[in-house]
Amino acid sequence: MGNRINYGEVVFWAVLFLGFGIIPLLKATSYQMMLASHCLLWGLFAVAFNMLWGITGMLSFGQALYYGLGAYGVGLMVRHVGAGWFLPGLGLGLVASVILSVIVGLLIIRVSGVFFTVLTLAFGQLAWQITFRWYDFTGGDDGIQGIIAPGFLSNRIVYYYATLIVVIASIWFLRRVSRSPMGVLLRCIRQNPTRVAFVGQSVRFTQLRIYVISSFFCTLAGGLMAGVDNSIHTDMLYWTTSGEVILMSVLGGIGQFFGPFLGAGVFVVIQDVVGAKTEYWPLFIGVLMMVIVLLFPRGLVGEFQALRARLKSLTQGNRGADETASGTAKPA
Amino acid sequence: MDISFIIVQFVSGLTMATLLFLVASGLTLIFGVGNVFNFAHGSFYMLGAYLAYQTVSAWYSNFWVAAFVACLGAGIVGMLAEFLFLRRIYGRAEEGGFQILLTYSFILVIDDIVKIIWGSEYKSILRPSGLRGSAEVLGITIPTYNLAIIGFGLAVVILAWLVLTRTRPGRIARATAIDREMMATMGVNVPLTMTLVFGIATALGGFAGALAAPLRSVTPGAGIEVIIDSLIVVVIGGMGNFWGAWLGSLILGEVIAFAVVIVPEWASVVSYVVMVLVLIFKPEGLFAPRSVGKV
Repeated sequence: MGNRINYGEVVFWAVLFLGFGIIPLLKATSYQMMLASHCLLWGLFAVAFNMLWGITGMLSFGQALYYGLGAYGVGLMVRHVGAGWFLPGLGLGLVASVILSVIVGLLIIRVSGVFFTVLTLAFGQLAWQITFRWYDFTGGDDGIQGIIAPGFLSNRIVYYYATLIVVIASIWFLRRVSRSPMGVLLRCIRQNPTRVAFVGQSVRFTQLRIYVISSFFCTLAGGLMAGVDNSIHTDMLYWTTSGEVILMSVLGGIGQFFGPFLGAGVFVVIQDVVGAKTEYWPLFIGVLMMVIVLLFPRGLVGEFQALRARLKSLTQGNRGADETASGTAKPA
Repeated sequence: MDISFIIVQFVSGLTMATLLFLVASGLTLIFGVGNVFNFAHGSFYMLGAYLAYQTVSAWYSNFWVAAFVACLGAGIVGMLAEFLFLRRIYGRAEEGGFQILLTYSFILVIDDIVKIIWGSEYKSILRPSGLRGSAEVLGITIPTYNLAIIGFGLAVVILAWLVLTRTRPGRIARATAIDREMMATMGVNVPLTMTLVFGIATALGGFAGALAAPLRSVTPGAGIEVIIDSLIVVVIGGMGNFWGAWLGSLILGEVIAFAVVIVPEWASVVSYVVMVLVLIFKPEGLFAPRSVGKV
């Protein structure tokens, strides 16, 4: 990471502020605004997810649980209490996500590696089953429709800017976490958990903390998404949602903090272009994932950095520079 | 609830347990020997079910020929998947995550290809002739086909145990599980061993799919249901442990069989409850080797 100015990061924040900021001013249609909101919220979801996998090395196949929790927190309040309870629903979802992620986290961080992944998947599917079966309370397979944010937030443009501000603030916070001493600790846990224990830090407690933080922001993304789509569905909790956020992250590059955000944007656009044309969308993303895993495991940002490093080393005749862009590179 | 009813449910639970075990044992075999977690294992089960359907209904063949075709087909696809794709990521940094992603992409691809070939409507096949009736034991009627499945399951357990413990290939497989590099040094073709193990495990999955086809309807979603149940089995039994998979399947099969009667709406949730209970009291699984919980 180092202390030098990271130009990639400057570009990222500029795109986030200016690029997404001017979209409503360009007379974008409401459909385009919805796509932009999807890019933002999936981006937040992916970045929060990647705090677990790319940074700490804990691959969760169940973050859809928290994403769905946020959406259902809002949806259930609107359905059972009243249309004006959008924001309290969001808050309730966030509180519930902290409580739930502490309880589930305590159960599942006791195992690591692939066992952790299996358990996150199982808990995610459990939540999906409950939501799916409990028809009277959650609306089951019908989902919940007609969720509209109250008051001045009901205006699409206002809601869009509110989303943008929340996403920017959240990503800024997660960036702070990732660069803090705790962020260093998280990377150490990925690379060598035994040594982390040797230097007197608690691996389990740190893992629990990042699990709760990640889940909190997944919930936030899900809750805000309910207001963008105006409807929620049990699919938001299904394991394919967890799979999609993983694919976004690898697509963008899990070795970099901002990679998943880019991956999410690219994925949303691909889905918009290809998904409308084919009914075999899962086949398409399956092949896409295969290609990325086999040929470009560093993702878009990682491969770009590797390419740049290689060009640099070619022009300078310095072979050592190859090593700077490591990420999840294959050991030579 | 009288005693004969309990016995009927018990046998139905045993049937389910046997099918689950055929899938979970393959999952655990691949994990034990190759340290690969095959998320797509349920898809091979589904592939087996469709291959059996195809052989029986389109080619009017005998059920047992169909089961053999399912076994062979799933095994070959499994070996191809290992040989063409999985093999390329062994030894890569953070291999575990990429393995999961790759096998997850297998699920998406296999499920959709199955949909393209056979469509997404429900398919069903008849029970094999000779096993369509039911047997009467102590005044209790039990379908003979269920008994046959349980018998097959037992035969496979015993056979697999014999192969793993009493034969040379079995010994090689177990040794590879412990130290791959050492086995390579001793002149064992480790990559070939891995491919074969993968083939055998997926063939078992395909066989289970074929056996299950006359009992349950064949759908493209079948693979996902079965993989989730198998995951719960290996969590309960302990990963990479043959007997753990057996015990886990028994527990889960019976729990589901009785939950279907007692809380029909929530039967699918009950299996997770079992898993959570095991997790609370014995996070590494009931039968796991001691090292699993660490790092």
